[in-house]
Amino acid sequence: MIDQISMKSLAARLSETEVKGRSPWADARHRFRRNKAAMASLAVLLLVGLFALFGQQLAVWSNEEIDFGIIGQAAQLGGPSLENGHYFGTDDLGRDLFSRTVQGTQVSLLVGLIGAAIAVIVGTLYGATAGYLGGRTDAIMMRLVDIMLAIPYMFVLILLLVVFGRSMMMLFMGIGLISWLEMSRVVRGQTLSLKNHEFIEAARATGVSTWKIILRHIVPNLLGVVAVYATLLVPLMILSESFISFLGLGVQEPLTSWGALIAEGSGTMNYGTLWQLAFPLFFFCITLFAFFFVGDGLRDALDPKDR
Amino acid sequence: MTGYILRRIAIAIPTLLLLIVVSFLLMHAAPGGPFTQERQLPAQVLANLNAKYGLDDPLWRQIINYVWGIVAHFDFGPSFVYPDRTVNQIIAAGFPVTLTYGSIAFVVAVAVGVSGVAAAIRHNTWLDYLAVGTSIGAQVLPNFVMAPILVLIFTLWLGWLPGGGWGGPIYWIMPTVALSTSFMASIARIMRSSMLEVLGSNHIRTARAKGLPERAVILRHALKPALLPVISYLGPAFVTMITGSVVIDMYFSTGGIGRSFVDSALNRDYAVMMGITILVGALTILFSLVVDVLYAWIDPKIRY
Amino acid sequence: MDKNSEGDRALLQVSDLNVRFHTTDGEVSAVNGVSLSLARGETLGIVGESGSGKSQLAFSIMGLLARNGRANGSVRFDGQEILNAPPKVLNKIRADKIAMVFQDPMTSLNPYLRVSDQMAEVLMLHRGMGKAQAVAECARMLDAVKIPDAKGRIRLYPHEFSGGMRQRVMIAMALLCKPDVLIADEPTTALDVTVQAQIMQLLDDLQTEFGMAMILITHDLGVVAGACERVMVMYGGRVMERAATDPLFADPSHPYTQGLLQAIPRVDQRGDELSAIPGSPPNMTFPPPGCPFQPRCAYAMPICEAQMPPLDDFAPGRARACHASVMTVRAGHAPQPLLPEAAAEDQAIAAASAEAHAAGGTR
Repeated sequence: MIDQISMKSLAARLSETEVKGRSPWADARHRFRRNKAAMASLAVLLLVGLFALFGQQLAVWSNEEIDFGIIGQAAQLGGPSLENGHYFGTDDLGRDLFSRTVQGTQVSLLVGLIGAAIAVIVGTLYGATAGYLGGRTDAIMMRLVDIMLAIPYMFVLILLLVVFGRSMMMLFMGIGLISWLEMSRVVRGQTLSLKNHEFIEAARATGVSTWKIILRHIVPNLLGVVAVYATLLVPLMILSESFISFLGLGVQEPLTSWGALIAEGSGTMNYGTLWQLAFPLFFFCITLFAFFFVGDGLRDALDPKDR
Repeated sequence: MTGYILRRIAIAIPTLLLLIVVSFLLMHAAPGGPFTQERQLPAQVLANLNAKYGLDDPLWRQIINYVWGIVAHFDFGPSFVYPDRTVNQIIAAGFPVTLTYGSIAFVVAVAVGVSGVAAAIRHNTWLDYLAVGTSIGAQVLPNFVMAPILVLIFTLWLGWLPGGGWGGPIYWIMPTVALSTSFMASIARIMRSSMLEVLGSNHIRTARAKGLPERAVILRHALKPALLPVISYLGPAFVTMITGSVVIDMYFSTGGIGRSFVDSALNRDYAVMMGITILVGALTILFSLVVDVLYAWIDPKIRY
Repeated sequence: MDKNSEGDRALLQVSDLNVRFHTTDGEVSAVNGVSLSLARGETLGIVGESGSGKSQLAFSIMGLLARNGRANGSVRFDGQEILNAPPKVLNKIRADKIAMVFQDPMTSLNPYLRVSDQMAEVLMLHRGMGKAQAVAECARMLDAVKIPDAKGRIRLYPHEFSGGMRQRVMIAMALLCKPDVLIADEPTTALDVTVQAQIMQLLDDLQTEFGMAMILITHDLGVVAGACERVMVMYGGRVMERAATDPLFADPSHPYTQGLLQAIPRVDQRGDELSAIPGSPPNMTFPPPGCPFQPRCAYAMPICEAQMPPLDDFAPGRARACHASVMTVRAGHAPQPLLPEAAAEDQAIAAASAEAHAAGGTR
C-alpha cells in the first residue's frame, strides 16, 4: 500500500513555485545518490533485470524440459547442484528450477511494469482531466472512482479471468485497469494546485486549447509525483499478480510467475524440497523490497523531510 | 450528522446495485456460461435455473428477477454445479469461519498498527528504526508468503500448531497472523508518518506553547488528527483483507467462503462466484460507510 | 555591550544565541550569535524578511524548535536559565510567564477541538481551575479581545471563525494567565489590512492593561513604528542594527535598514520611485561568506566578503553591524564601483571607525 500522506506532501512540494536556480530534479539526483539503501536497491533491480533478460542464456536446461533422471525422486536428487546444471534444483516434475525462475521473473516483472504503465497513463490523464476541468465534470469523474474503489476488485478480477478465459492479456488489462484509481486521485489533487499557477493562467489567457494545456503544461509538471507513484505501484502490481497465480487462477502452464512458483514450492515443502520455495521467494522478496526502497528514496529525494 | 449518513447511504445503494448488475451481465456475456446455453448442464440444475430466472425471459427481466431475489429475500439462487445446493447454503457454511478469523485479524492489525505511534514519538531511535524496518519488511510478506513460512516454522519444524483445518482457537492463530501481518505493517507505517506530520504542524506548536506535558499534547491534540489517515485506510484494508481470506481458506483449509470462491471459479460455478462477490461487495460498501461516519465524527470540518 | 549593565534588571535576557537545523541538505544556521534584553513592560520589535531567523529566535526562547533544530547560548528569564531546560521547567513558564501568538491563525488553533476546550485547558493546567470556571474565565477573555457574543461562540470550532477572529482567539488564549512576556510572531501577516490595524490596536491596549512586556516580530516596519519602543533588525540570522524606534526611522545607520525603510510606500512622497532591495534573502544552507547582506548591499566592500562585521554600540542605545562607516551610509548614496586603491582606503576608514566605536563602547 502506498503512503498517501507522504504522497500528498510530495505533491504539495512539487507544485510549489520553483525557487530560483537549481531545478528540483538536480537536487533530487544529488540526494538520491547519497541514499545508500536506494542506490543498493537500484543495483538489485538492475541485477534482477539482467537475470530476467539473460538468465536463460546461462541455463543448461530449458524451462519445459523434464529431467527424467530426477522425476519421482526430486527430494533426493533434485537439489541445487552445479554438476547436473540444475543450479536451483528441480521441481517435482524434474523441470529445471533455474530456468523456471528466470521465466517467472520475466513474467512477474512484465506484469508489474505493464500494470504500472497502464495505471500511469490512465490515471494521469483521468486525474489531470478531472482536476483541470473541475466543477461538475470533476465531481462525477471522482465519484465514479469512489464507486470503483468500493468494489472488491480482486474478486471482480478473478471473475473476469474466469469469464473471459485466463490469458496474459486479460491479466494485464484486469490489473492495469483497476490500479489507476488511486493514481488518478493523487494526480487530480496536484492538478488542482497547479491549475492556479501563473504559467497555466497565461496559457489559458492566450487561448491555448484545454487539451493542449493538460498535455503540454499540466502533465509534465506531474512527473515527480507520477514517477514516485509508478515506482511504488510496480511491486503492488507484482503482488496482485502473484496473489492470483498463487491461487492457480493466473498465468497458465507452461508459463509461470513468482506467485505460481511460490504456490508450487509451498505445496511441496513438506516433502523436503525446500529449495522449490526458497529460490522464487528470494527473488520475489528482494525485488519487492528494492522497488519499495527505490520508490521511497525517490520520494525522499524530491521531498526531503525529516521522516 | 443524520443528513450526512443518509446522503452516504444514498450513494451506497446505487453502488451496490451497479455491482450486482455488472456481475450479472458479466455472467451473461461469459462464453460457455449457462445463460448462453452452450454448455450441457445437469437436467436438475437447468430446471432449478429455469424456475429461478426463467432463462427464456428477456435479459432485463432476468436481471430484475435476480436483483429482486437478493434485495427482497437475500436469495442468490441455485448453484450451477451442485443440483442440491443453493448459493445461500454454501455461503452460510463458510461465512462464519471467514468472519471469525477475519475480524480477529482486523482487530489485531489495527491494535498493533496504531501503536506505531510509539515509533513516531521516539523518532530516530532504535524503536523507530525497528518499527520502520519491520513494517517495510512486512510489506513484502503478503498472506500468501506468510502462510507457507508460518506452516514451515510452526508446523513442520516446531510442531506447535496444526497446519490447517478449523476447530478451537489454536486453529485460529496462523490464519490470523498470516492475514494481519502486512496490514499491521501498513497501519503502523501510516500511523507513524501521519503522527510525524501532525507533530510538526502549527497547532501542536501552539499546544506545546501552552505548557502542556508531552503526553497531553499527544493524547489530546495529536492523536485525533493522526488517526484520520488510518481511518480512511481501514476501508481499503478491509477489502484487501477479505480478499486475502481467499488465500487463507485455500492454504489452511479453514473452510471459509474463500475456498468456495476459488472452487467455483475453477468449476465455473458462476452463481456462487457472483453470490460471494456481491456479498463481499456489500460488506465493503457497508464498511466504508461506517468508516466515513467515523471520520466525520472525528473531523468537525466534514460535518454535513 | 550593555549586557552587564542591563542584565540584572532585564526580565528576559538572551545572550549569544545560535540556532542550527540539521537537514538532509546539511546544517542550516538560522540564528547566529543573537543577544537581546527585554525589560518589564517594554516592547521590542524584531524586524526582518522571511528567513531572517526571527521566528526561530522566538521559538528557541520558548523551547519550541522543530525536532531537528538545536539551540545554544543562553536565555534567562527572570534570572533563570531556560534554554534547553528540561520540559518540566519549560512547561511551568510557557503560557504562564511567557506566552506566544503565532503567525498563522488558520493553522495554529487545533481544528479538532472546540475553542472552549483549547482555551480552558490552559487555565486548568496552570491555575488548577475546574472546567466550568475555566470556560467562564475564557469567555471573559474573549470578551476582552472584543469577540462579539463570546459566551455563545466559545463552543464553536476554529473553522467557524474568520481569520481575524481566530487571531483574537489566539491572543485571548495567550493572555489567559496574564503572562509577563508576550511574544507575537507576525500576528497580523496572514490578515487583511483593516483587520491588521484592529489587531495591532488590540495588542497595544491589552499591553497597557496587563502591563506585560512584548516582543513583536514582523517584517513590516510600519507595524513597528506604531507599537515598539526599541527595534532590532535581523538579516540572515544575525542582528544588523539595534536602536530605539524613533532614531532608527529618522536616521538608519545600516544599509539593510535603509533599504527596508526605502521600500515602505509613503503617501507623502508621491512622485518618488519606490525602491526595493535588489536580490533575495540568502539561502541559509549555503550562506554567503562574511556579512550575509553583502551580496545585496550597495555599500559592499571586499572586507564584507571576508568577515562578518561585529555588532558595535556606536551611540547610546544604538548598535550596528556594518563595515561601511555611519557617515557613508548616512550620506545615502552608495560608493562608486570600487577601484582597488579606493577599496583599500575605504577599508582603512572602516577599520578606524570600528576602532573608534569600540573605544566609545567602553566609555
